[in-house]
Amino acid sequence: MKGRTEKRRAAGSEIGTPKIWELRLYVAGQTPKSLTACSNLRKICESHLKGRYRLEVVDLVEQPHRSKSDQILAIPTLVRKLPQPMRKIIGDLSDTQRVLVGLDLCPAN
Amino acid sequence: MKNNGHKSASSATGLAKCPTGIQGLDEITDGGLPRGRPTLVCGGAGCGKTLLAVEFLVRGAVQFSERGVFISFEETEEELKANVASLGFDLERLVQRKQLVLDHVHVERSEITETGEYDLEGLFVRLNHAIDSIGAKRIVLDTLEALFAGLPNEAILRAELRRLFRWLKDKGVTAVITAERGREQLTRHGLEEYVSDCVILLDHRVYEQIATRHLRVVKYRGALHGTNEFPFHIGSQGISVLPITSLALNHEVSSERVSTGIPRLDAMLSGRGFFRGSSILLTGTAGVGKTSICACFAESAARRGQRTLFFSFEESPNQILQNMRSIGLRLGPLVKRGVLRFHSARPTLYGLEMHLTTMFREIESFQPAVVIVDPITSLLAAGTDYETKGMVTRLIDFLKAGQVTSLFTSLTQGGHALQQSEIVMSSLMDSWLLLQDFEGNGERNRLLYVLKARGMAHSNQVREFLISNRGIDLVDAYIGPNGVLTGTSRVAQAARERAQALATQQEAAQRKHELEGRRTMLEQQIAGLRSQYATEEAELRRMEEQGGKRTRALSAERTELARLRQADAQVARRARRNLKPRNKT
Repeated sequence: MKGRTEKRRAAGSEIGTPKIWELRLYVAGQTPKSLTACSNLRKICESHLKGRYRLEVVDLVEQPHRSKSDQILAIPTLVRKLPQPMRKIIGDLSDTQRVLVGLDLCPAN
Repeated sequence: MKNNGHKSASSATGLAKCPTGIQGLDEITDGGLPRGRPTLVCGGAGCGKTLLAVEFLVRGAVQFSERGVFISFEETEEELKANVASLGFDLERLVQRKQLVLDHVHVERSEITETGEYDLEGLFVRLNHAIDSIGAKRIVLDTLEALFAGLPNEAILRAELRRLFRWLKDKGVTAVITAERGREQLTRHGLEEYVSDCVILLDHRVYEQIATRHLRVVKYRGALHGTNEFPFHIGSQGISVLPITSLALNHEVSSERVSTGIPRLDAMLSGRGFFRGSSILLTGTAGVGKTSICACFAESAARRGQRTLFFSFEESPNQILQNMRSIGLRLGPLVKRGVLRFHSARPTLYGLEMHLTTMFREIESFQPAVVIVDPITSLLAAGTDYETKGMVTRLIDFLKAGQVTSLFTSLTQGGHALQQSEIVMSSLMDSWLLLQDFEGNGERNRLLYVLKARGMAHSNQVREFLISNRGIDLVDAYIGPNGVLTGTSRVAQAARERAQALATQQEAAQRKHELEGRRTMLEQQIAGLRSQYATEEAELRRMEEQGGKRTRALSAERTELARLRQADAQVARRARRNLKPRNKT
């Protein structure tokens, strides 16, 4: 990923609906924790938000000034920009259940 | 170590100091905070932690051209700017000049969900970015403990804080970390465990309803420091610590004299009054005329054109003007001319530090040559003895540095402890006048002594101190076998003495007269004896003459007889001549 902004969009019909989830993951360099968080997040998104999310990964080592806007202290931090209100999830996202609760995604039954 | 200055001596021993520029703090810490290391500033709410931290950065940027970063965990940038603007710190301008970076770190626990392992690299990145963006040498973290409230996992947080302080040291910035005072520990979350180089404790104590701030350097690894608790105040110029123990005694001294306005008092002070720039203490019980002496001094100084500032903690300016008119002092015109200024305040109006601040501000704006504080003891109510001493020391130091002559009055309680309560201040004073009430014969009179006057041959006499509608005067008190007499008894004693003198005089005249009489008598006797002697002498002479005549007559008779018996007389004479020698052998 190399800190590059990465956007994923679902293939088809849901573009333009208000139910787009905007997520931002802050990491600092290629640390094991960052990599774990990144892969965990992708898995969760693919299984629960398939086609309805935008993900941006910000590497603070390369863009240190961006830590200010979202008040980032802990690394890794996942920020849910949309839908409102803003939510922050810190940690490597290994606890899927808590991530879903944190993101307000009802666990799929 | 070859340097003789003590600041350089301490830096020569190895520990580099980072001057704070905060008045007094650098003196206590012997040069400032440890350079390149973190310092913990802890204290309860409202102690001035944030202010001390801000001042450290502002003075660093302005006075020592060291740029600074302020990381605030509590206040936003705007709040911070507004809060310190009242102290004359223009943070906005410093930010624009790139001498300062303000960064508000906001942690909201309700927004945060924890899911597994994390660290605080984000904070590190942020600090690093802020420091590098302007090349900062100083950093403030205010208050780091907000993190404990914001982040759920304390184990991770503690590990990260340890790493943070290590990182700050490696980065070489001088850091100030503020923390709330804890119940058992210095800080609520035990931050002192991580910051071990220098710990400063701030305190805001209320003693008898009056709050005073205190500062103490609890710990300073590798350096000597003042360990006492020092009162400090927050004024319009920022923080000012009152380090009593480290005040340098190196004032300039003047041999110039300032008249007291009372000629006889000048005379008691070796003829010319106080030294310019000296400090004078005037003590006495209520109603002995302390304020009158002050007013007299103020009037004469102002009349000579010396600007005089009169701090009154008992009376309002108008009251003083009116009261002094009754003893013939017209202060009103001097006030109008602008050479005399009054400043009145109730001592209990605010704490000691605030009084001091106000006084400093007045003195700085008016630039007086003479300052009068009447009475300094009123301020005792605003603090403890120790604090008052600190304040007076500070004030005296400040005034002496500016060659300002200062007169402090002190209200003492009646009774024996007259001089006891002054121990606090008297050692700081150059001259000490004592006014005393003297009661006897149904009246009260006032006495004045000069207890000490450094550097002059002052009078050791007690003077009676008179206040009339023509002003103040001193007269010699009567000192005799009956003790010290004043007032009417002094006048009565003088009359008695006059009468006694007259009686003595008359007695002497009488005796003289008697003596003369006896002398004449003796002289007459002498004359009588002399004439008697003369008579007897004449008698003697007559008797002698008679005797001589008879002898002569007898010898003539014998010669005649011899002539008649001529012959055998010659033979007999010859025979006697031959016999005589033989008989003798």
